[in-house]
Amino acid sequence: MGFFVEVLLSGLMAGVLYSLVALGFVLIFKASGVFNFAQGAMVLFAALTFVRLLDILKDSFAPITLSLIITIAMMVMLAMAIERLVLRPLVNQPGISLFMATLGIAYFLDGFGQTLWGSDIYTLDIGIPKGSIFILESVFDGGVLVAKEDLVATVIAGLLVVTLAIFFQKTRIGRALRAVADDHQAAQSIGIPLNYIWVIVWTVAGLVALVAGVIWGSKLGVQFSLSLIALKALPVLILGGFESVLGAVIGGLIIGAGEKLSEIYIGPYVGGGIEYWFAYMLALGFLMFRPQGLFGEVHIDRV
Amino acid sequence: MFYREAGQFKTSYKADQAVFPIFQDRIFVAIWLFLGFIVVPMLANEYVFRAIFIPVIIMALAAIGLNLLVGYCGQVSLGSGAFMAVGAYAAYNFMIRIPELNPLICFLLGGLSATVVGVIFGIPSLRIKGFYLAVATLALQFFTDWTFSRIDWFTNYTPSGSIAVQPVEVWGFVFDSPIRKYLLCLTVLVIFTVIAKNLVRGRIGRAWMATRDMDVAAEIIGIRPIYAKLSAFAVSSFFIGVAGALWAFVHLGSWEPLAFDINLSFSILFMVIIGGLGSIVGGMLGATFITLLPLFLNQLPIWLGINMSTAMVSHLEYMIFGGLIIFFLAVEPLGLARIWQITKEKLRLWPFPH
Amino acid sequence: MNDTDRKLGPTILKADNISLAFGGVKALTDISFEVKEHEILAIIGPNGAGKSSMLNVINGVYHPNAGSVTYRGNVRQQMKPHEAATQGIARTFQNIALFKGMSVLDNIMTGRTLKMHAGFLAQCLYVGRARNEEIQHRKKVEEIIDFLQIQSIRKTPVGRLPYGLQKRVELGRALASEPVLLLLDEPMAGMNIEEKEDMSRFILDVNDEFGTTIVLIEHDMGVVMDLSDRIVVLDYGKKIGDGTPTEIRNNKEVIDAYLGVSD
Repeated sequence: MGFFVEVLLSGLMAGVLYSLVALGFVLIFKASGVFNFAQGAMVLFAALTFVRLLDILKDSFAPITLSLIITIAMMVMLAMAIERLVLRPLVNQPGISLFMATLGIAYFLDGFGQTLWGSDIYTLDIGIPKGSIFILESVFDGGVLVAKEDLVATVIAGLLVVTLAIFFQKTRIGRALRAVADDHQAAQSIGIPLNYIWVIVWTVAGLVALVAGVIWGSKLGVQFSLSLIALKALPVLILGGFESVLGAVIGGLIIGAGEKLSEIYIGPYVGGGIEYWFAYMLALGFLMFRPQGLFGEVHIDRV
Repeated sequence: MFYREAGQFKTSYKADQAVFPIFQDRIFVAIWLFLGFIVVPMLANEYVFRAIFIPVIIMALAAIGLNLLVGYCGQVSLGSGAFMAVGAYAAYNFMIRIPELNPLICFLLGGLSATVVGVIFGIPSLRIKGFYLAVATLALQFFTDWTFSRIDWFTNYTPSGSIAVQPVEVWGFVFDSPIRKYLLCLTVLVIFTVIAKNLVRGRIGRAWMATRDMDVAAEIIGIRPIYAKLSAFAVSSFFIGVAGALWAFVHLGSWEPLAFDINLSFSILFMVIIGGLGSIVGGMLGATFITLLPLFLNQLPIWLGINMSTAMVSHLEYMIFGGLIIFFLAVEPLGLARIWQITKEKLRLWPFPH
Repeated sequence: MNDTDRKLGPTILKADNISLAFGGVKALTDISFEVKEHEILAIIGPNGAGKSSMLNVINGVYHPNAGSVTYRGNVRQQMKPHEAATQGIARTFQNIALFKGMSVLDNIMTGRTLKMHAGFLAQCLYVGRARNEEIQHRKKVEEIIDFLQIQSIRKTPVGRLPYGLQKRVELGRALASEPVLLLLDEPMAGMNIEEKEDMSRFILDVNDEFGTTIVLIEHDMGVVMDLSDRIVVLDYGKKIGDGTPTEIRNNKEVIDAYLGVSD
């Protein structure tokens, strides 16, 4: 039983990290109606920038803070560049064109990031405690083994989610973002500055990407495969619904836990490697029977 | 393009509906066929065949196939790599398990297997659209990847998981030299292009385009979505499956499952986008462009005298691809095909502006 | 001109107690009316009265929550849109539903889809039956193009045409299937007087020459009074009038709800 809980917990915590990446998607989708395939590339780019800056600035007086500030600045510039060069020219095109454009951004960012910073694997260490501890010793015999990193990640992610949820629901800008996501032209006609909004959104998404990148990066090292995490986030979004912050969280947890559990318990019967596609097949099932996910909105077409 | 038609009046519907109703186009195509079948084999060297012509031709076949699905029928698919894999592995299995079968038949059977898989991939399209469908096809792509790496029956239980094959042999005629391989691929491409052109201008093509433009209206005039969408998936994956078989047997010679992964899917999609959605010629232009670009980028530093590592070149490639995708989507969604069309028109009148 | 001596056939379409609601919004409440074969029936009413929804129910796009539609003797509650097409119902839309990426010719040719039966292989090779059918149906489509006087734009992609011409092409596509029942949703919206006269003439000719039964939604009262044999008036999803143009013109309820001052 203890083992089950261990696997479950490790899965849930992996799920939290998926949620973090998925959050970036949800933000952009909620606010601009675009599915940003480049989110993963943004995670990688942010993490790369941060880790390399840390290295370059390691002898300055506040390396972590400085690197953070510069990285954030770069993400802001990235958001502005994307808005100017990609979103504006494509403003009236159907969603699928925008999706393919973000595919282009992803490729570009991949190449650009590695041109700028090189393509080795970099370890990222900003003081997140490593190692494992035993928890819940009173409930389970011998306790359950959890990685400290994962705990920290969960806490940070949780805080981020709560902040973003409040931001969207309660603030004026949050409302404006939701209006924009609904109808670009209508939002413009009531005076919402589209371009400004988009820069904000993509910057926030970039910041979320940075947090995700730092956490994942200190776990796995900053390397190219980080951008593949985007592909993992897609099933999370399908399960949770593209527009729902809560959905991203719950979806991530389900996928994370589901992956780990199915790998351990079903994996041996089919030769292993289930992790690779479990998330996607679950997503496929949802797509067929409940495309809007658990918390998404249903779209009705009027003829 | 109307002034190209100036002076050419058709007196029967049959003439107006021919594949190349405009006289200049017919000459054009004849020239290309002549160049392709006669001039190139005389002039090209082995490297050019292996590195340029053969991959371009096979990829053009795949791109035309994907264009039928994405460009003409409007169904987004990110699973073309999987279709090529199915075509390759199915052809392989047919060939080794039924040795009496003609390899060309095996290729066609590979294509048919891809068709079956394609129809399965297409079932989600009956309920979902746009990038939801793209994600669904991604799911199936990953699943297919896994199937071919994990289930050993497909690879005939080779320990390494990769397969190596002999050059294709048909009735004693062995396609081992680059020229023979090239001619084989070219013939296949020409035949399939004709089929594609015929389908596109007929009832099925119109059904596809109607479904792409407004599927609710299409259904109301009697075009059943299930028929239009699944037929698009079926035909498209047949093309791509055969391309996959050719790619594996004629171009690669030996391969492992990763050769057909999602990067291949993206490449083919890029060919379709850059080449031009909804255009047969576009598939060919896109394939040429995407295949030549890495080669060009590899040579560029040498010509310019700059020293660049191969890793650097590959990063540049990514950046240029990404940038071009965005450029084409924003500036010329109809891709190279449209640019080519405009160029042809301008050339007719050069040096006059209009 | 409505000629009251015209030969009208038996009832071809009957709506019985149709009710339709979207969530809390009641689009149609207990609507019943009849359409006789070869008749021109107009459905009028203020915006939001449920007119388009009624057409959608006839067409199979919406399924009513209650009531049934009887078409050519067959009672049915649920019908798929393409089934409606196979049974000879065609329609046009308020917001033009043409295939923007195709030419006028191709758009109208799609209307012939149900009459084309060539096999897949024949289409691949464009031989035999496939080729003959293309030519045959092209002839028919050209007749429609002549009828609607749009010869000069037959190869133009419809997305480039002005609104009035697009409406005409849409009518052409509907006519291409040689329908028994033609549903027209505001066919004259956005047209000037000349265009309206042309359209009215086309509609009358279609009804005259081919005997097509026509149900149309229209806001221009002049057109409605001139063209239709009978009028059904809807308001807030309910039927408030049903009769000849003369009767409707004098119907107090209709006047109060919709027509304003009686003339």
